[in-house]
Amino acid sequence: MTNKHVIRLENISRNFVVGDETVHALRNVSFSIGEGEFVTIMGTSGSGKSTLLNTLGCLDTPTGGEYYLDGVSVRLMGKNARATLRNRKIGFVFQSYNLLPKTTAIENVELPLMYNPSYSASARRRKAVESLVSVGLGDRLNHKSNQMSGGQMQRVAIARALVNDPAVILADEATGNLDSRTSHEILVLFQRLHSQGRTIIFVTHNPEISQYSSRNIQLKDGRVISNTINNHIQSAAEALAKLPVDND
Amino acid sequence: MNLTNLFRIALKALSNNKMRGFLTMLGIIIGVASVITMLALGQGSKKGIQDQISEMGANMIMIQPGADTRGGVRQSASSMETLKMADYESIRNESRFISAISPSVNSAGQLIYGANNTPSTIYGVSAGYLDIRRYSIDDGMMFTEQDIATAAKVCIVGKTVVDDLFPDGENPVGKVVRFNKIPFRIIGVLKSKGYNSMGMDQDNIVLAPYTTIQKRILAITYLQGMTASAIREEYSQAAIEEITDILRRNHKLKDAEEDDFNIRSMEELSSTISSVMDMLTLLLGAIAGISLLVGGIGIMNIMYVSVTERTREIGLRMSIGAKGRDILAQFLIEAILISITGGLLGVLIGGGLSFLIRLLLNFSAVIQPWSVALSFAVCTLTGIFFGWYPAKKAAKLDPIEAIRYE
Repeated sequence: MTNKHVIRLENISRNFVVGDETVHALRNVSFSIGEGEFVTIMGTSGSGKSTLLNTLGCLDTPTGGEYYLDGVSVRLMGKNARATLRNRKIGFVFQSYNLLPKTTAIENVELPLMYNPSYSASARRRKAVESLVSVGLGDRLNHKSNQMSGGQMQRVAIARALVNDPAVILADEATGNLDSRTSHEILVLFQRLHSQGRTIIFVTHNPEISQYSSRNIQLKDGRVISNTINNHIQSAAEALAKLPVDND
Repeated sequence: MNLTNLFRIALKALSNNKMRGFLTMLGIIIGVASVITMLALGQGSKKGIQDQISEMGANMIMIQPGADTRGGVRQSASSMETLKMADYESIRNESRFISAISPSVNSAGQLIYGANNTPSTIYGVSAGYLDIRRYSIDDGMMFTEQDIATAAKVCIVGKTVVDDLFPDGENPVGKVVRFNKIPFRIIGVLKSKGYNSMGMDQDNIVLAPYTTIQKRILAITYLQGMTASAIREEYSQAAIEEITDILRRNHKLKDAEEDDFNIRSMEELSSTISSVMDMLTLLLGAIAGISLLVGGIGIMNIMYVSVTERTREIGLRMSIGAKGRDILAQFLIEAILISITGGLLGVLIGGGLSFLIRLLLNFSAVIQPWSVALSFAVCTLTGIFFGWYPAKKAAKLDPIEAIRYE
């Protein structure tokens, strides 16, 4: 792994005030993620992983500590600056895909570039096509989101996350809505992206997924309880091959 | 984020919901169309009435006797004798603001020719009357100064009179009709003018030299009134003031005494009618404007629902880098596009409707460019005004909550 840290968290804490009680969603969380890592962040619900994801995704700012994304300090950034940062450096993949309805794959993938004025219409389209081809949807460019299966929709969402060449891809339970076969297909795709040098953070509560990542960070009650390098990365493609074949 | 992309996004969002967009638009379409049609009808009827007034002689000035008292009893205008031939001559010779003046004496009665008769009013006038009232001779000729000097028993008749007395289509010129037992030879027929805006038949008229009426029918020496014509409509007021001065001087009225005559002009009437019609137009426009307002509220309602319904979409857009102002602009542009498209369709429909009304109902409808500009401006403002609140709401959403909104 290279020395360059895409993500560096230093004593991040995040408190929410609910009524007259303060909830500590994150307590002194510190870790770094280097370029090209595939990190799973695991934890049960209430462990603070959603808050961590929001923080990593620059959707939320920490109460204390420092967060550097690609060398840029995020903590004191305003809303608009963070929006621009998300647009340039982060690719989100959500559990429920969040594609625009009645919109073609290509238009969905183009969307992040629509908010980046430096892209011309033709460059935008070219990028979107490239991105869709790279997730294996080169033959479905003009399919509308409601004409696609869950797996295909998630591929479109991944293509959308890739289109801006982000510093990091943030996946939030990206396989949570899919059956195990399709889940594995998506994991194969993530592993391929990893092998191409992409930095991926995959937030999940499913422990199975950690065997496919290069590192696993576990959260409990807002604290990091383990941060282990996976020296025996399983191949999702092999696992997929072992799954019983569907009849259809 | 540039404007082209925002337009693209807004257009895309609208085309995803065509039916809803159209229904929302319908409110604006109906509003704008009715504003334009109502204003066109209002303006049309105003113009129609003004045309008719100017056909009657827009610069006509009517002088009538008035304020005559006998032993403290105020007399009716027709029996007053304050206007004399000398007044007529003074005005005719001295006034600079009138182009023509005619004495006016009249008598109602039955006109008889052979077995046919018709009720009519015979007007004693001078030759200038034709110009003042915009009449013209269709057949025959007008009586002359000579006829006036000799109180000749000749007359000019209108088309209604001709139709009543000569139902067989005989040429009336040269025929002798009887009015109150006095024979009049018809020397001319007036060109038809139809009904005026007050519903009076302008063709049911008999004109004769005023001297004839004064001497042979009424046996009076005074004038029942005078009709004059200002050189131009805008000089009506100046002419009225001038005539007032002449008459007050002739009648030797002291400063404290009130006028013993009345002068009214068509211009007064026409401006009164104009202001009434403007009021009516305003009223119609205001009623139609309410429907435009309701249409605008419809936009707000739909945009509001749309923001709630598309919360996740907004959350997604924000998480991939849309700023609050991008979201605001998108929803605002959607609202404005709806209202402008609705406005355009409304203008077309309103224009078409006005055209149809003119074509089918023969009712004049005049589309004023300002009414188109106005309703267009209003509906654009409506879009901005009613789109603002929902758009602001959308822009203020928290992306974290919005993206997980169920």
